Amino acid sequence: MSSTTEAITGGRLMVELLEEAGVEIVFGYPGGAILPFYDELYHSKKIKHILVRHEQGAIHMAEGYARSTGKLGVCIATSGPGATNLITGLTDAKLDSIPILAITGQVATDAIGTDAFQEADIFGITIPITKYNALIKKADDLSRHFEEAIKIAMGGRPGPVLLDFPKDVQLEKTTVRKASALKIAPHHYERPKVKGDPQEFADALNQAKRPLLYVGGGAINSFASAEIKALAEKANAPVTTTLMGLGAFPGTHPLSVGMLGMHGTAYANKAVLECDYILNLGARFDDRVAKYQDFAPNAVRAHVDIDAAEFNKRVNVDHILHGDLKDAIREILPFVKGGDRTSWIENIQNLKKNHPLDFDNSGDSIKPQDFLQKVYAKTKGEAIVSTDVGQHQMWAAQYYLFDKPNTWLTSGGLGTMGYGLPAAIGAKFGNPDKTVICVTGDGSFQMCIQELATIAQSQLGVKILLFNNNFLGMVRQWQELFYEERFSESQWTYNPNFVKLADAYGIPAMRIEHKSEIEKGVEFFLKDNGSALIEVMIPAEEKVFPMIPAGKSQQDLIEFKDLGKLKK
Amino acid sequence: MKHTLSILVNNHPGVMSHVSGLFTRRGYNIDSIAVGVTDNVDVSSMTIVLNGDDFIVGQVKNQLLKLPDVLRVQDMAYASSVQRELVLISFSISETNRSEALTICNGFDVKILEMTEDSLLIEFSGNSRQVSNIISVLKPFGIREISRTGQIAIAYRNQNAV
Ligand SMILES: Cc1ncc(C[n+]2csc(CCOP(=O)(O)OP(=O)(O)O)c2C)c(N)n1
Repeated sequence: MSSTTEAITGGRLMVELLEEAGVEIVFGYPGGAILPFYDELYHSKKIKHILVRHEQGAIHMAEGYARSTGKLGVCIATSGPGATNLITGLTDAKLDSIPILAITGQVATDAIGTDAFQEADIFGITIPITKYNALIKKADDLSRHFEEAIKIAMGGRPGPVLLDFPKDVQLEKTTVRKASALKIAPHHYERPKVKGDPQEFADALNQAKRPLLYVGGGAINSFASAEIKALAEKANAPVTTTLMGLGAFPGTHPLSVGMLGMHGTAYANKAVLECDYILNLGARFDDRVAKYQDFAPNAVRAHVDIDAAEFNKRVNVDHILHGDLKDAIREILPFVKGGDRTSWIENIQNLKKNHPLDFDNSGDSIKPQDFLQKVYAKTKGEAIVSTDVGQHQMWAAQYYLFDKPNTWLTSGGLGTMGYGLPAAIGAKFGNPDKTVICVTGDGSFQMCIQELATIAQSQLGVKILLFNNNFLGMVRQWQELFYEERFSESQWTYNPNFVKLADAYGIPAMRIEHKSEIEKGVEFFLKDNGSALIEVMIPAEEKVFPMIPAGKSQQDLIEFKDLGKLKK
Repeated sequence: MKHTLSILVNNHPGVMSHVSGLFTRRGYNIDSIAVGVTDNVDVSSMTIVLNGDDFIVGQVKNQLLKLPDVLRVQDMAYASSVQRELVLISFSISETNRSEALTICNGFDVKILEMTEDSLLIEFSGNSRQVSNIISVLKPFGIREISRTGQIAIAYRNQNAV
C-alpha cells in the first residue's frame, strides 16, 4: 500500500489488474453502469475486447476460450439485464468447472437496494452459481477482491467468479494497487499436497486382473494427459473417458474404449460391468454415467479428485487420493507394476468387435455419423470441436476421436443449448491457427445465432456444421421411444433459410441433402481457414445409439442392433 | 438425527446467504440458525441445528468447507458441548393464577422482565428441550408472544469431562 503511487480510478485499476494478470482478450457488451470501465478499456493496448451480440454469447465465448487454452476466460456485462444474461453461462461454467471471471457493472453504491434503473442484485442471484463472488464497495478493496477472485477461479477445482463493480467505485480514486492481505485462506487457491497413500492405491491396481481407468474433465483442468497415458500404458489398463474427459486420453490409442455413460460406447459400458478395479481420475460419478451405488458392481473402486467434497458423494469408494490429478498420478506411478492383462485386453478387443458403434448407412440420405467420420478424416482429427446440445452433440462425441486435451468443448453438466457457436468463437480467438468447428443442430443454433455477427465482424474462421432434422432431435428421440411418438412441440414448423442467413452475414454457406453431395460438401466446408457454414439435411428418425434409458444403469444399455427391443 | 454445527465465518454481507443457500439447495431443513460476531469483529460464529443422518451432515460439512468465507466447521456432539437457547415469553395471568405462575417461574430459574395486571414477560435460557418444556408448561396460561433465539453451542475444552 505505497502512498507514493498516484491515485487512479477503480476503472483504470481494473484494466491494469487484468493486464498484469496476463489477460489478452475479454468478451463483453457495454451499458451505462459499466461505462467508466469501458472508457478505461478504450485506452488499453494489451487487452482486446470482443463486442458480442448477447451477453450469453460473451460468457460462452469466455468458456470456449478458457477450455481450449487452459487460461482464464473473462467476460463483461453491464448491470441489470446485462448481468442477468450471464446467468446461464455462469451456471454452465460452475457445472463444468471452467475458470471464468465475470465483471458486471452495478448501479452506484448509494442507489443499491432502491430498485434503481437497471439494478439487479446480481451478487445475491449468483451466489449459488459461482465459486466466489463479491460486490466491490470501495476502490481500495478492488485489488484484493480481484486477486481473490482470479485465484479462486483458477485454483483447486476451477470455476466461475463474479465481481460486481458499482459505477461510482469505477470512478473513485485509489492508491491501493496491490492487496496487502487476502481475506481467504490459502487452501482455497494453493495447490494442495496429495493426501492419501499412493502405494496402497497402486497396490490395489497391481492386484487387479481387469482394471479400468475412468477419466473425467478434471484431467483436462489438471493438464494430466501425459501422466494418464503413462499410467495406462504402464499398468496395461484400458481407459474410458466421460463426455467432459474426451481428449484427456487419445481416442485412437489401442487402450482407449471411448466414452462412458448414457450415450457412451457399448464396450465402455460393458467394461464397467466386467472390470474388477475402477480408477476414477478426476470424474465425479455423474448421474449420466453412474446411475446407482452399484456402479461397477464387481470392482474395487478408487477415486482421485482435487475436490474432497466429491468423495463418496454419489458412489462409495474403497480408496481415496485427494489432490491435483497430475501430482497424484506422479506419486502413484513409481508403485505401479506391469502385470499380465492379456486376457482382459483380449476381452476388451472382443467387446469392441462385437459391439461397435453402429448405424444404418444404406439409402440416399446423409447420416450424421457418416458425415462426422468424413470431417474427422479430412481434418486428420486435429480440429477443435465445440457442440451444442442434443443428438448432434452425442454423434460428435462418438465419431470424432479426440486425441488431445482442450480440443473438445461441450456443455456437459448443464447441457446448454446455445453454447456451441459462442464457444467455438472463443476457441478460435484463442487458437487462430487451428481449425475450429461448431457442430450444432437447427434448434440449438437459433439460441445464440446472433453471434454470427461476431464472426463476421472479426472475420473469424469458425466452421459451422449444422445438422438440420427440422426437429429438436433429442427431444424427438425420447418422444419416439418413451412417449409413443407424441411429438409434442419438438417439430419446427418454421426454420429460416440458414444458407441465406449466413449469406446475410457474409459467411459462405452451402446446403447438402443427398449422399452424393457429401464429398463436395466436406471439401467446401474445410477448404481454407475462413468461416463457413454447411447445412446437412439429415433424417428426423435418426437416433443416437447406444443408449442407456434415463434412470436405468449399464445393464440396460440398448445398442443400435437392439432397436426392436425398445419399441416392444 | 439432530446435529449442531458450529461454523466460523468471515463477517461480511452475503455470507449468511451463501451458507443458508447450501442448505436450501439440497432441500435440507434448518431447525435453527443463530449468528453473532466473535471477539474478532471480522469473524462471526454461526450455530446451525439441522436434522439429518451422518451422510447428509457430512455432505453439508464438505460443501461448507468449500466456501471461501467459511473458516471452520465443527459438528458438536451433544455430550461434549454446551447448548443454549434464549427465549422471551409474554403470557397472560389473572388474579387467580398469578401466584401459580410465579411459583413456576421460580422453579424454572426464570427472569421476570415485566409484570402487569394481566401479563408476565419472562426470559429463560436453557437447552432446546428445556426451552420447549417451559413453553408447554406456560401454554395453559395463554401465551401472547414468543421469541426464541435459536440454539448456540460451544464445545467443552476437556472432552473427557462429561
Ligand atoms: C437451453 C436449453 N433448452 C432446452 C433444452 C432441452 N433439450 C435438450 S436436447 C434438445 C433438442 C436439441 O435440438 P437440436 O439443437 O436441433 O439438436 P438435435 O438433437 O436435433 O441434434 C432440447 C430442446 C436444453 N438442453 N437447453
